[in-house]
Amino acid sequence: MSAPVLTKEAPEPVEEPVLRKPATRKRLVPYWLLLPGIVWLLVFFALPLVYQASTSVQTGSLEAGFEVTWHFPTYWEALQEYWPQFVRSLLYAGTATVLCLLLGYPLAYLIAFRAGRWRNLLLVLVIAPFFTSFLIRTLAWKTILADDSLVVDALNALHVLDVTSWLGWTEGDRVLATPMAVVCGLTYNFLPFMILPLYTSLERIDGRLHEAAQDLYASPATTFRKVTFPLSMPGVVSGTLLTFIPASGDYVNSELLGSTDTKMVGNVIQSQFLRVLDYPTAAALSFILMAIVLVMVTVYIRRAGTEDLV
Amino acid sequence: MEQYEPDSLSAAQLAAIRRSMTSGRGALSRRSMLRAGGVGALTVGGLASLSACGIPPAKREGQGAASTDDSAKEKTVAFSNWTEYMDVSEDEKSRPTLEAFEKRTGIKVKYTEDINDNVEFFGKIKPQLAAGQDTGRDLICVTDWLAARMIRLGWVQKLDPSNLPHAYTNLSAQFRNPDWDPGRAHSYPWTGISTVIAYNVKATGGKKVDSVTQLLDDPSLKGRVGFLTEMRDTVGMTLLDLGKDPGSFTDADFDAAIGRLQKGVDKKQIRRFTGNDYTSDLDKGDMAACLAWAGDVIQLQADNPDIRYSIPAAGYITSTDNLLVPAQSRHRTNAEKLIDHYYELPVAAQLAAYINYVCPVDGVKDELTKIDPELADNTLILPDKAMAKKSRAFRSLTGAEETAYEEKFAKLIGA
Repeated sequence: MSAPVLTKEAPEPVEEPVLRKPATRKRLVPYWLLLPGIVWLLVFFALPLVYQASTSVQTGSLEAGFEVTWHFPTYWEALQEYWPQFVRSLLYAGTATVLCLLLGYPLAYLIAFRAGRWRNLLLVLVIAPFFTSFLIRTLAWKTILADDSLVVDALNALHVLDVTSWLGWTEGDRVLATPMAVVCGLTYNFLPFMILPLYTSLERIDGRLHEAAQDLYASPATTFRKVTFPLSMPGVVSGTLLTFIPASGDYVNSELLGSTDTKMVGNVIQSQFLRVLDYPTAAALSFILMAIVLVMVTVYIRRAGTEDLV
Repeated sequence: MEQYEPDSLSAAQLAAIRRSMTSGRGALSRRSMLRAGGVGALTVGGLASLSACGIPPAKREGQGAASTDDSAKEKTVAFSNWTEYMDVSEDEKSRPTLEAFEKRTGIKVKYTEDINDNVEFFGKIKPQLAAGQDTGRDLICVTDWLAARMIRLGWVQKLDPSNLPHAYTNLSAQFRNPDWDPGRAHSYPWTGISTVIAYNVKATGGKKVDSVTQLLDDPSLKGRVGFLTEMRDTVGMTLLDLGKDPGSFTDADFDAAIGRLQKGVDKKQIRRFTGNDYTSDLDKGDMAACLAWAGDVIQLQADNPDIRYSIPAAGYITSTDNLLVPAQSRHRTNAEKLIDHYYELPVAAQLAAYINYVCPVDGVKDELTKIDPELADNTLILPDKAMAKKSRAFRSLTGAEETAYEEKFAKLIGA
């Protein structure tokens, strides 16, 4: 460490009061730097969370007011009433995450290793959709997947929709207002959140490792399985988390691209809060969703962090 | 770059990966779990401290209590309205009827288009109104059921009829006595909204669609029928179709209407329940037929000749968007002058010609003919007697009814 040495040799009178206890000051600096962030989190995250927790155990009505009665059955009732929407949310978000990974990995790989001078342009293209509003992008999918659009006509001509209808993903010869449309929307909207972390971790891999693998007679597939993929695991994990967590709470895609039987838990929370004015149920639903996602993520990280890596 | 060392590298790399998993950003180490536990404990502590306070009753005592009125001193009025609900000059730079008002009265209008959705807007202004604070808005425009709720909660100022001479004289008889605001003591309609059936002839194969029964049962429309997420429109139209009066129905009638709609959902006749976004579905033909708001239909027809509408023989629902002065607003008199301005016949005609919704002002026909004779003959803007006879309003609901009905309706639409 050079800093303490420097202070000993520089007893300049002007800066004396500050420099007298450099150790204390140094120790405090990180906390001062953290202060804005901590205050921000306290005011805009912790406080609302506490407030919401309190709301979830209240009973009452808009007119009579709500009082904290520690009415925990709200949680059980909410879960009992809306478990299909919970299951659906997790299923759609999970499917969208897997699709994002399948679509995003090759693209991130291409950008990291094969794009050459096109790399920056491709990265900009990945981020480009963010220049348009989320809502507009989702509405655009209504045109892409419209009943007589090219995409749907082509899928019909190839009899793909017969299969998906049989699986219950689509309805008759249309895609809009079906589960498939919602999952497509989710996949599209969250794809960049998958590609970017994948790219960062793939880009860090030393190209000489691939050469070394070849030198050791590993086939390209083996190289990928033994070298590239394990090294990209941090990207895979953060990418899947960044996709799955927001996707499971999303309600825009389901609202615009879905139908009555594709409503996700986000839609229920929105409707309970704004339409039915049942604030406790809405708050309880949010907490249940948070708890479920937290448990799933914990289990996932535990697994990904141990078995897949060693 | 470090030297490449095949022996040690794989272990080091693996260690690095493991480290990034266990102590990197994606990590969930024992320490972070402990920390989370700490936050949890904090939460519980906070909860305990918050347990004393709930959400206070929304109802304010002293209904319609006027706050101080600074209208004479401050010549301004802040008007919050829906998007595309005001006439705009051809270069889209000014709003002629508002400008005329400013010129004549010297009152500056701060016009904001910040209402997109009734329930969202209610969520936005609720905290301030419930706490008895000024929302910063002197005049707002909300749909009748929300106006009814706000009046019920005592969040609206009573209007002074002496400042509303034109409004008092020219308001259509049809809108004079809603059960939620008898004699229009607190509100004046901005527009009337007719809920009708719209269809795309190209998508129906030339077939006419003119009843809710047909929407719910015609197999040729399967999967291409839309209803509205606005409960009173969808349930109201279904009640009419069942031969019930939306102005005086019972719980059982409501349940019957929900049951009827549920069948349509179950057999996949209904594609989806929509807000304003049905217009693009109908335009493209993804929806062959749906419930629609008449003003939208006129605008859609201007661009797409395939869009038709019909008035069901069983009747149709008319609701209103209403101007209210929120409690604690300090410019009530200015707001009243603005309301009255829009009840003067030439101004009302100018507005109606632009926004194409039902004009709530009597005797506007001659003025509208001067602007556009075709619009003056359009019964969706100026309903004739035959049409007005079929118009029904959805009755106002008590707080408890509202919650119970909205819950049943929410279940119907899937959330």
